[in-house]
Amino acid sequence: MQLYLPIADIPVNVFLILAMGAAVGFVSGMFGIGGGFLMTPLLIFIGIAPAVAVASVTSHMAASSFSGALTYWRRRAIDPALALLLLSGGIVGTVLGVWFFTVLRTLGQLDLTIALSYVVLLTTVGGLMFWEGLRAILRVRRGVAVPLRRSGSHGWIHGLPLKMRFKRSKIYLSVIPVIFVGLLIGFIGTVMGVGGGFILVPIMIYLLRVPTSTVIGTSMVLTLVTMIFATLLHAVTNHLVDAVLALILMVGGVTGAQFGARAGQKIRGENLRLLLGLLILMVGIRFAIELVVQPGDLFTIRETGGAG
Amino acid sequence: MSMRAALLWTCVTLAGSAVAAPARAERLIVSVSNHRVTVTPNYSGEELVLFGSVEKDDNTPVNRGNYDLVVTVSGPRADLVTRRKERKFGIWINTDSRQFIQVPSYLAVFANRPLDAIAPPDVQRRQQLGLNNILLTQRVGSDYADVVATDAFRSAYVRLRTEHGLYREATSAVTFLTPTLFRTGIPLPAEVPIGTYDVEIKLFAAGALVTKTDTAFDIVKVGFEQFVANTARQHGLLYGLFTAFMALMTGWMASVVFRRD
Repeated sequence: MQLYLPIADIPVNVFLILAMGAAVGFVSGMFGIGGGFLMTPLLIFIGIAPAVAVASVTSHMAASSFSGALTYWRRRAIDPALALLLLSGGIVGTVLGVWFFTVLRTLGQLDLTIALSYVVLLTTVGGLMFWEGLRAILRVRRGVAVPLRRSGSHGWIHGLPLKMRFKRSKIYLSVIPVIFVGLLIGFIGTVMGVGGGFILVPIMIYLLRVPTSTVIGTSMVLTLVTMIFATLLHAVTNHLVDAVLALILMVGGVTGAQFGARAGQKIRGENLRLLLGLLILMVGIRFAIELVVQPGDLFTIRETGGAG
Repeated sequence: MSMRAALLWTCVTLAGSAVAAPARAERLIVSVSNHRVTVTPNYSGEELVLFGSVEKDDNTPVNRGNYDLVVTVSGPRADLVTRRKERKFGIWINTDSRQFIQVPSYLAVFANRPLDAIAPPDVQRRQQLGLNNILLTQRVGSDYADVVATDAFRSAYVRLRTEHGLYREATSAVTFLTPTLFRTGIPLPAEVPIGTYDVEIKLFAAGALVTKTDTAFDIVKVGFEQFVANTARQHGLLYGLFTAFMALMTGWMASVVFRRD
């Protein structure tokens, strides 16, 4: 069934968009990531203008993460104090990110910087997660008990002052690294145009040692708030949010996210991390191939405004 | 007489002035099947038909041979940049770029036979016949100019646009039903932008321009599509708030519908 999108200005197949929304929603519900780094390239691939795709995906991610967050909230898998602290850092990071974005644009190598940071971030984060997940699984196979809380292995992060007790996550942690992580995610997310969940989840697990049970729900709250703000910002500044496209993506996305969240609860933590690591690594490698392999067409056309 | 008229007309065109056209021997009467293409939810492109006839009068030379017709359709104009990738430090990055100033977003050239058979090269160039001769202004440094058709950036630009069905040249698209009655189809793929499209029809005989006329049609959004597009543009904050609210409602609905515990 074809439907004409009023802002994107092209007709699309409704069922294709629904399926794409559902697939990405499943992944985002399962791993607690926004899924923007998957959805945006897919939309661009079917012919939607990159600017419209980026702007519309934000509201899709808001819907997906809200439905997921509600489910995790009922399962008491969200740490409100942790989410609030991350958000406060995230706001500062977003402001810094917008500033940095403008600087990059005046320097003229924005596209390359974004592509390179995608490759570096995705392959590093994905590779590390995949490797760690693989080792954890092998340990389980060999019958070595995996200690839930490695109490002796506290790093320097756990020696920082201003400690506070996060009841829901059952951890005792300084607020400094939490706010800093929020800031970093806000910054990277703004510059790269993604929610940042795929970086936040591993950082929370490995650096802050937040138990996997509360990581995903808390990460979803952060994605929800930043994506609501991003939707508003895009609607006010660029007028490029396609509400019709967003609605189709949302309906598919929330449905997928529900099933994804359930699947995520059933899968063992280390398997989940292995899968997410593999997924991120694959997307990273795909971006890398695009940079290294000679493109089929050396020329590209892009609109620079001034449409009459 | 005909040669002189054609020559005079050529001079007028060359001067670029809009003085009253000299007495012409022929008149073109054309019409498009639809002057207002409306974009509805199930819009997926359209094909218009251009009809027309050549009206002769007393000045028309009796020994006038066959007519040739070239139709040029150009869509709303926009600034575009064409970039070329090069390998630097092992990766492919955009190195060189050329900006095209106010070029048509849709450009179609239809004729009844190959352009080379219709007019000699100098006339083709002067009358901007065909994709190779239509002016596509580039910004070259601080200068504004068009370049030769074989220029790498220009030909890449035309090729990419053609691949998307936005630029096309069909030299057998115009059919003469009778020696003076003609028709041609104007295919509009779904990707063509909203706006006003100019149609220029030029009549040739014996390799020289006899007369020309123009018409236009609009592609417009109506109803729901127009409402959404206008709201997004004029009430950005309200539109954003609505979209965000819609996202929250959809998310909440899903968690209620799928609730099992």
